Amino acid sequence: MSLSSSDVKRIAHLARIEVSDEEVEETLKKLSGILGLIEQMQAVDTTGIAPMSHSQEVNQRLREDVVTKTNQRELFQSLAPSVEDGLYLVPKVIE
Amino acid sequence: MINKSIKELSRMLRSGQVSSLELAQEYLKRIDKLNPEINAFVTVDPELTLSQAKHADILISKGHQNPLTGIPIAQKDIFVAKGWKTTCGSKMLENFIGPYDAGVIEKFDNAGAVNLGKTNMDEFAMGSSNETSYFGKVKNPWDRDRVPGGSSGGSAAAVAARLCVAATGTDTGGSIRQPASLCGLSGLKPTYGTVSRYGMIAFASSLDQAGPMARSCEDMALMMNVMGGFDERDSTSLNRPVEDYSRDLNKPLQGLRIGLPKEYFGEGLDTGVDQVIQQSISEFRKLGAEFVDISLPNTKLSIPVYYVLAPAEASSNLSRFDGVRYGYRAPEYNDLIDMYCKTRAQGFGAEVKRRILIGTYVLSAGYYDAYYLKAQQIRRLIAQDFINAFEECDIILGPTAPSTAFKTGEKADDPVAMYLQDIYTIAVNLAGLPGMSIPAGFAGNLPVGLQIIGNYFDESRMLNVGHAYQQVTDWHSRMPEGI
Repeated sequence: MSLSSSDVKRIAHLARIEVSDEEVEETLKKLSGILGLIEQMQAVDTTGIAPMSHSQEVNQRLREDVVTKTNQRELFQSLAPSVEDGLYLVPKVIE
Repeated sequence: MINKSIKELSRMLRSGQVSSLELAQEYLKRIDKLNPEINAFVTVDPELTLSQAKHADILISKGHQNPLTGIPIAQKDIFVAKGWKTTCGSKMLENFIGPYDAGVIEKFDNAGAVNLGKTNMDEFAMGSSNETSYFGKVKNPWDRDRVPGGSSGGSAAAVAARLCVAATGTDTGGSIRQPASLCGLSGLKPTYGTVSRYGMIAFASSLDQAGPMARSCEDMALMMNVMGGFDERDSTSLNRPVEDYSRDLNKPLQGLRIGLPKEYFGEGLDTGVDQVIQQSISEFRKLGAEFVDISLPNTKLSIPVYYVLAPAEASSNLSRFDGVRYGYRAPEYNDLIDMYCKTRAQGFGAEVKRRILIGTYVLSAGYYDAYYLKAQQIRRLIAQDFINAFEECDIILGPTAPSTAFKTGEKADDPVAMYLQDIYTIAVNLAGLPGMSIPAGFAGNLPVGLQIIGNYFDESRMLNVGHAYQQVTDWHSRMPEGI
């Protein structure tokens, strides 16, 4: 599977990472090298093999639905780039 | 003083020969002197450290029994620690002050251990040389023109240069074992689920596991006694009975069956490293172990599989860094999407961006089956290789890394060459098994690590094997010159 410059642009947009026109070429080269490595997998016949997502076959635990944490809004807001009146500020999305 | 074991230091603390405050001051002095060049620590905060040391002295005077009480250790900067800057090696978190304690930090605090600071690392633990850190490269104390390995390279260099007694690391594809190998120390990646991932900044959640990095296996056993154990705040933490990891340290190795995987001794292995491993094999023979030839036929596939699964998980985990609730935000942008794109373009380094892009690609519509699903299927084959091997042997032995420490910059521009550093370590993460590296000698004046892989939950046996070796060799107590 070979990538094109427009693929790089598309993937970068999906990943929400700006890749400038000057960076596309170099990014394409490096990503193609990695995909070349990954391509080795295609030689393996995996028919009928169950995918393994996790090393321990365990189920997610359930807990009582009770409050376990205290509200720390002020502390957490102090870490944010932009806040006002207890809210996180982002550029306007609705006109 | 700087080459003593945790047990010896603990005895000295209890007998009053030294106080925790004095120990912490001594190590802070060493950090002051050596860190400007080695760059193993990204954050030191003497005020926080000394107040912990004073508290430890009080605990000791009251008879507190944990061997780690008052021992100065270092924490990889991947663990969120309350009041400590927690950067994960990234510009994205350059000014992030931890609002809470990670499970691992909490456990060391409860044991009365003293935190000397946060250690440098490859950005978001993505790298094998510590060259991807936003806060500069770490130098290998054995040869300062060479890399310490990664991603826990800061912790490895700190232990090697005796800037701390022991440190924590995390290992997603070899990030504890490979730097331990390159810096001549002992490092253990436990069975997946053994150490809490709560507050450990996520890279690839199905592979990430924290573990100790220290001089010896005995020190690591004491570290594991603090670090290990169930944490309900980590959804994959395993609820098993509490273990004493030092319980088997002194068992004889008579009759132990050690498997040698032929795939770990073939093409690509440096001859100097091979010679050291062969010598260690003779040592184990003398200790009464028996050797069996085994095969892990899918070893080679572990790298392609890892470079699908780890980036896929990373692309999801790192989506949280969007410039809204914490971390870096680009100074200028047009709209919300543009703010995300610019924030992430400026906040992440090149290797992190590459992995997010690869992960995004393999998970994108139309490619999922060919890449992600395929990789998960081969992951099962790789895990099965080990299950088969452990029917013939108790423990697996081989090199940790294919070479000794390489020169800074040598592989920095070739991601694929860098990825091959982890050829002997990655499969262990994919299978979820415990793996460990211990110093086994030198090739051209550079340390060589011996890897010991155990079956699930067999850490005590691995530490026993390593400890027996460290009773008859002194590689683990060798120190680099000029420290």
